[in-house]
Amino acid sequence: MGASDFSKLPHIGESLRRKEDYRFLTGAGNYTDDIRLDNMTHAVFVRSPHAHANIKSVNKAKALAAPGVVAVLDGPDVVDAKINGLPCGWLITDTSGKPMNEPPHPILANGKVRYVGDHVAMVVAETLEQAKNAAELVEVEYDVLPAVVDVRHAKKATALHAEAPNNHCYNWAIGDKAGVDAAFAGAAHVTKLDLINNRLAPNPMEPRAAIGSYNRASDEYTLYVSNQNPHVERLLMTAFVLGLPEHKVRVIAPDVGGGFGAKIYLYAEDVCLTWASKKLNRNIKWNCDRSEAFLSDAHGRDHSSHAELALDKDGKFLALRVHTDANLGAYLSTFSTCVPTILYATLLAGQYATPQVYVEVDAWFTNTAPVDAYRGAGRPEATYLLERIVSRAAWELGMTQDAIRSKNFITQFPYQTPVALQYDTGDFHALMNHANKLGDVAGFPARKAASAAKGKLRGIGYSSYIEACGLAPSNVAGALGARAGLFECGEVRVHPTGSVTVFTGSHSHGQGHETTFAQVVAARLGIPVENVDIVHGDTGRVPFGMGTYGSRSISVGGSAIMRALDKIEAKAKKIAAHLMEAGDADIDFANGEFSVKGTDKKIPFGTVALTAYVPHNYPLDKLEPGLNETAFYDPTNFTFPAGTYICEVEIDPETGVTKIDKFTAVDDFGTIINPMIVEGQVHGGLVQGIGQALMEHCVYDKETGQLLTGSFMDYTMPRADDFPVFAIGHECTPCTTNPLGTKGCGEAGAIGSPPSVINAVLDALAPLGVKDFDMPATPHRVWEAIQSAKH
Amino acid sequence: MQVQMKVNGKSVSVDAAPNTLLVNALREHLKLTGTHVGCDTAQCGACTVHVNGRAVKSCNMLTAQAQGAEVTTIEGLAHADGTMHPMQAAFKECHGLQCGFCTTGMVMSAVDIATPRPANSKFANCSKAICAVAPVTKTLSKPCSRVLLP
Repeated sequence: MGASDFSKLPHIGESLRRKEDYRFLTGAGNYTDDIRLDNMTHAVFVRSPHAHANIKSVNKAKALAAPGVVAVLDGPDVVDAKINGLPCGWLITDTSGKPMNEPPHPILANGKVRYVGDHVAMVVAETLEQAKNAAELVEVEYDVLPAVVDVRHAKKATALHAEAPNNHCYNWAIGDKAGVDAAFAGAAHVTKLDLINNRLAPNPMEPRAAIGSYNRASDEYTLYVSNQNPHVERLLMTAFVLGLPEHKVRVIAPDVGGGFGAKIYLYAEDVCLTWASKKLNRNIKWNCDRSEAFLSDAHGRDHSSHAELALDKDGKFLALRVHTDANLGAYLSTFSTCVPTILYATLLAGQYATPQVYVEVDAWFTNTAPVDAYRGAGRPEATYLLERIVSRAAWELGMTQDAIRSKNFITQFPYQTPVALQYDTGDFHALMNHANKLGDVAGFPARKAASAAKGKLRGIGYSSYIEACGLAPSNVAGALGARAGLFECGEVRVHPTGSVTVFTGSHSHGQGHETTFAQVVAARLGIPVENVDIVHGDTGRVPFGMGTYGSRSISVGGSAIMRALDKIEAKAKKIAAHLMEAGDADIDFANGEFSVKGTDKKIPFGTVALTAYVPHNYPLDKLEPGLNETAFYDPTNFTFPAGTYICEVEIDPETGVTKIDKFTAVDDFGTIINPMIVEGQVHGGLVQGIGQALMEHCVYDKETGQLLTGSFMDYTMPRADDFPVFAIGHECTPCTTNPLGTKGCGEAGAIGSPPSVINAVLDALAPLGVKDFDMPATPHRVWEAIQSAKH
Repeated sequence: MQVQMKVNGKSVSVDAAPNTLLVNALREHLKLTGTHVGCDTAQCGACTVHVNGRAVKSCNMLTAQAQGAEVTTIEGLAHADGTMHPMQAAFKECHGLQCGFCTTGMVMSAVDIATPRPANSKFANCSKAICAVAPVTKTLSKPCSRVLLP
């Protein structure tokens, strides 16, 4: 079935209330820390208090003698056990043609620590308190080295790794440099911008947690882990790190309390627990404290960029030239290397028909937590840079923010950008027009005057984003350096009584797949949504999967289920044809009934399901019994959600407090299956993106490398009362490359919103002479900008 | 030490070390795992329960301080037949949750806010919690899996 037929099915586009809500609302969710196994011990990690140091000695004696302690394991134990370091899943080739510098990433430090929070030892004890107390008794002698946290100073700092001279990982570029340089030479106007994309802590509300478990009788491991992609976790851990046969390891990611990227990766803790569960023959639980999460979860963003936009005299874009320094942290996390390259630079054409784009990226090691994909992953960094420089160009040329965008929008599809991607479809003018209307931009001057009358500064900011979702065509990803496939798997198991269980490789950690996916299946088969259950998050039950990130679940995971449903329908038609004594080609299937074309003969889906499992009157010579199909779906292109966001801020110049007074988001997600869930995803993304723009910022001390924002008391999280009621709208150009027409909606809000907020802040502060501003727009920073503009 | 309290209507006696936090007594001793721990600093509210009818962050209270108290956790909010409390039903109806982790604390806080008492002047005219359900869920629970209680 194709996208246009799919979108017309009954109940597609209805806001069904969520099937998963009852268990969450009644406290019956089953998160990793809620799981209690017999024979359980508890692990605590001894972490480095220094950003950069050689380890002179580790004395475990006192800890081992402490009450309840089962084991203390450290780097030399890992070496003895021949356990490899954590792998990086994406190889970037340097512009020199050599592979990137890829230093080892040991699961427990081996002679050196490279960031505050780096893993030195794991203490296992009978109770959590005993483990915590014993961890205090592990004596580690350090020889402290100079640390670097700012990516702009990495080159000249003390090297973290022998394998990475000058702390350099790679230099990478995309686009036609000579063509771009020529376009700049002939440009009527060049707009320049330096900016920093602030480092963020992901902070899912459920901190990471894991339980390592080993069954000696069957020689099988089970890892319960708060993770977004259990099959990927298993593959990386077995094949690359522990050298275990994959079929002997089961990874279960039960209810997961948010991920935002931070739970994609294979972490040292997961490997340590799995390894030690056999070594100690005990179940071992580790539950991350929030302060530990701040130190050890992979962070997001942290770019420093210089951008130049060449325009003709009428404001048409001629070329974009960008250089970015990306901070990768101390080690290469699982997908860290593709974020500032493949997922970033390829989006810098944005919604615009800029003929030439050239992007060069230098990636560096610093003494900070590893940086990896975080809600949006590269696309927020691209959108922030592009939408900031576009608004700046508008102001320099005396144009409005919407006029300069509209003048440069791509209008013909498919569109091949100068940075590798091919957009299949979109209508950027429709998004802009819708947003201008929904946001009552015509009324802005009156609102600005009303704010001014109160002594407040009002500004308006635009952002027109596009993102690439639906990761990814495996062959394209492979050619770009991916060390894994990026398909998805779905199994549709029709039970004899006609109810259905679906097994999906996508993982839900708040996205509502148990409802949306059930809606897809129920609509296709014409059965009640209550008769469909979705199973995910368990390598022991789901055939295979690549997991949930990059807003891929419905477009890739949902498409795999659609392909499995195609097979179910094809087989069921043969059974129905046999039962109604008709030819296979004469069977129609709609609204849960099989009918013979041109007759009134029909039988319901349930009858066919039962016949498949009670095959008495059945073509056994031609057809196997049963109705259970699996499909693997590999996308042929990325999907391209896009939107225009308009933010209005009101700033109190006396205090620097910035209030979001009005926020309008109009998105094109293609086909929408459950508008309520989509709106929830947009709200969450907006809150996260506006959080980055207004308050969130991971700050390390420049001298010592200590994390200064290590708790919710120091790192400002968005709260519900920081936001107005969002105005949300949609346009729809269905994706042309998958059978649902969906594009993905999970990250859009976080991608599109930050530049709209900062553009609004700059618009508000323009009368005071403020021309530049870096996130986050905290009251102190805004106030400082106002004061320095005065002097 | 032994601490006697009434949890979700049942009298219980918990044998807990003096430094045991209420949230740990609930989760580890009484196996009431619907109350979650989201931070170390009493900021996030995921662990919110009711102690003597008022919302309390159970990570911020020693079990010993609950001696003789009536404690209600999320497990004690729904009716005996499993029908959800109006606030739970409203969260579902308004899509006031996503991953569900901090939701239990949000629901317990929302019930407290919607309970008629002088401090809750915004809802002073409500004779029943249900009256306040819609505005409370709209205000409190922007569904995002990542927003803290105000």
